[in-house]
Amino acid sequence: MLSEAAKTRIQELFPRYPDKRSCTLAALRIAQKEQGYISEEAMADIGVLLELTPVQVYETATFYTMFTLQPVGKYLIQVCRTLSCALVGAGSLIRHLEQKLGITAGETTPDGLFTLKKVECLAGCGAGPMMQINDEYYEYLTTDKVDRILEDLRRDGKSSLASGPFLIPLQMA
Amino acid sequence: MPKYEPVLLKNILTPGYAGDLAAYERAGGYQAIRKVLKEYQPEQVIDLVKRSGLRGRGGAGFPTGTKWSFIPKDPSVPKYLCVNADESEPGTFKDRELIERDPHQMIEGTLIAAYAIGAKVAYIYIRGEFTLGAKVLARALDEARAKGYIGTNVCGSGREIQVWLHRGAGAYICGEETALIESIEGKRGLPRAKPPFPAINGLYQRPTVVNNVETLGNLPHIINRGVEWYTSLGTAKSPGTRIFSVSGHVNRPGNYEVPLGIPLRELIEEHAGGVRNGHRIKAIIPGGASAAFFTPEHLDVKLDFESVAQAGSMLGSGGVTIMDETTCMVWAAYNLMGFFHHESCGKCTPCREGSGWLHTILGRIEHGEGRAEDLAQLEHLCGNIAGKTVCAFGDAEVAPVLSTLKHFREEYEAHIREKRCPMGERVLAHAGH
Ligand SMILES: Cc1cc2nc3c(=O)[nH]c(=O)nc-3n(C[C@H](O)[C@H](O)[C@H](O)COP(=O)(O)O)c2cc1C
Ligand code: SF4
Ligand code: FES
Repeated sequence: MLSEAAKTRIQELFPRYPDKRSCTLAALRIAQKEQGYISEEAMADIGVLLELTPVQVYETATFYTMFTLQPVGKYLIQVCRTLSCALVGAGSLIRHLEQKLGITAGETTPDGLFTLKKVECLAGCGAGPMMQINDEYYEYLTTDKVDRILEDLRRDGKSSLASGPFLIPLQMA
Repeated sequence: MPKYEPVLLKNILTPGYAGDLAAYERAGGYQAIRKVLKEYQPEQVIDLVKRSGLRGRGGAGFPTGTKWSFIPKDPSVPKYLCVNADESEPGTFKDRELIERDPHQMIEGTLIAAYAIGAKVAYIYIRGEFTLGAKVLARALDEARAKGYIGTNVCGSGREIQVWLHRGAGAYICGEETALIESIEGKRGLPRAKPPFPAINGLYQRPTVVNNVETLGNLPHIINRGVEWYTSLGTAKSPGTRIFSVSGHVNRPGNYEVPLGIPLRELIEEHAGGVRNGHRIKAIIPGGASAAFFTPEHLDVKLDFESVAQAGSMLGSGGVTIMDETTCMVWAAYNLMGFFHHESCGKCTPCREGSGWLHTILGRIEHGEGRAEDLAQLEHLCGNIAGKTVCAFGDAEVAPVLSTLKHFREEYEAHIREKRCPMGERVLAHAGH
């Protein structure tokens, strides 16, 4: 079920487009933000709101990798495995994360805290190896840095090691 | 160090530049759109950009002014501009920096392009993962709206130009222009068959231009400083500068803006600081994962659209990936094929099935289980994919395979003969699927 607030936020986007269907991606994102994943009920609600059949919503939801139709851990760790990152150590980083979390890529830790995924290039190639956790990018990773990030997240729910606006090569002061 | 005057990265490289509207205006921002609205008819802007020779920075390098001129002039037909901020080509990260650190430059470029083609609405399609970029752009759009640069009466000209942010949700193929259009329409991002081209039948069946972030970033500078200045940079057929994203085994990975036409060697050795730890270069991808691999023999190739194409690859997205001699080329092709297999949209059988077969065969060669007939099989498969698909993704996925087979064939043969990767078991393999 979508909350009324979520429905309002979706409806606010209508004037931007000549066709309500264009709000599908935004609606799915809003639904996922609210529930942590996209439920069948949420898709049905979106269909009603955007005047689409359930299949029209479902086919879009299943095409994009950022939408998940199943619950995931509180922190979704997505490590880039594509060439530029792999050349500078993404492989050992993934192995380190798997050992550290006691799961293999694709799984969620039993406490529901972390889900680990390998993903494709996130446009952080020059600052690799890199990963995304929920909305934040983390770059220039080392195993030490990864350990600190995980500790920060466990303790504070956030980490100051997240990347800021992109600037590479880093300008030395 | 900057040996050349940066143009698109100039503000970003200015210490203390915050990227907000006030900072952009202090740096001379939004003068170009004012000038355009006051002094030029849309036709004249198109003509100016044509004469500048600006070519698209998103991949294909098509002349921007010419692309705009395909848009019908009938004022009663709604037209759209889509900004391609999807940036998903492996090895490419320039648009991200332009968006996160100088959003108004691309917004001003968007307004100029929208005016030129007569679009009242522009959508900026930004890849879903760029949360920070989306935030920065949303704020910048609000600032520009509040100041009257966007809206029903842009700079008091009586012109309406609306600019909306549209976020993707994770799909490489949505960078392809017709897939991007489908995605804005709220559907799966499946490329459309062309023709009809978007200039005639694009977003909502209306005439549409899709332009890359870096392409648009050039426009304010062309307006402000003129065609003569612009064509004095770069080469005759590839004028201007280009932002190259350099990654892989170099000492200083990063975005470097240089005039088009400098030698590849200069980019790597002088700008990116050369290869790490005294190693030697083994292979270079000059234009994103879709471009054919180069070898050290290509280091003197000039980085402009024609020269790179003549040498058998393409300038593409400007993503330059460097591999030193510790890299197994079969593994590199296998890694990239993992990407292509995962990202194939599935619309055409040769691409959907072919990418999987290529991935499987490359994987078994890399893991020491290759068969004598595998190399012929790879070539046969590639021949049945390239040119036989709806979009250029099919051509892209065979480039790493064919070029590594061409330049590093003995490495493939050694894998099959020795039944192992000659580089040994490496943790690199862990980055596989
Ligand atoms: C598979 C595929 C992926 C693409 N991805 C991007 C992309 O991420 N960003 C981009 O600007 N262009 C991308 N392009 C190129 C666009 O289709 C289009 O040519 C470009 O946005 C046009 O803008 P330009 O003329 O300013 O270069 C891609 C093309 C293909 C075939
Ligand atoms: S070539 Fe591949 S990505 Fe392009 S339309 Fe066909 S299946 Fe989709
Ligand atoms: S290859 Fe990892 S972010 Fe591009």
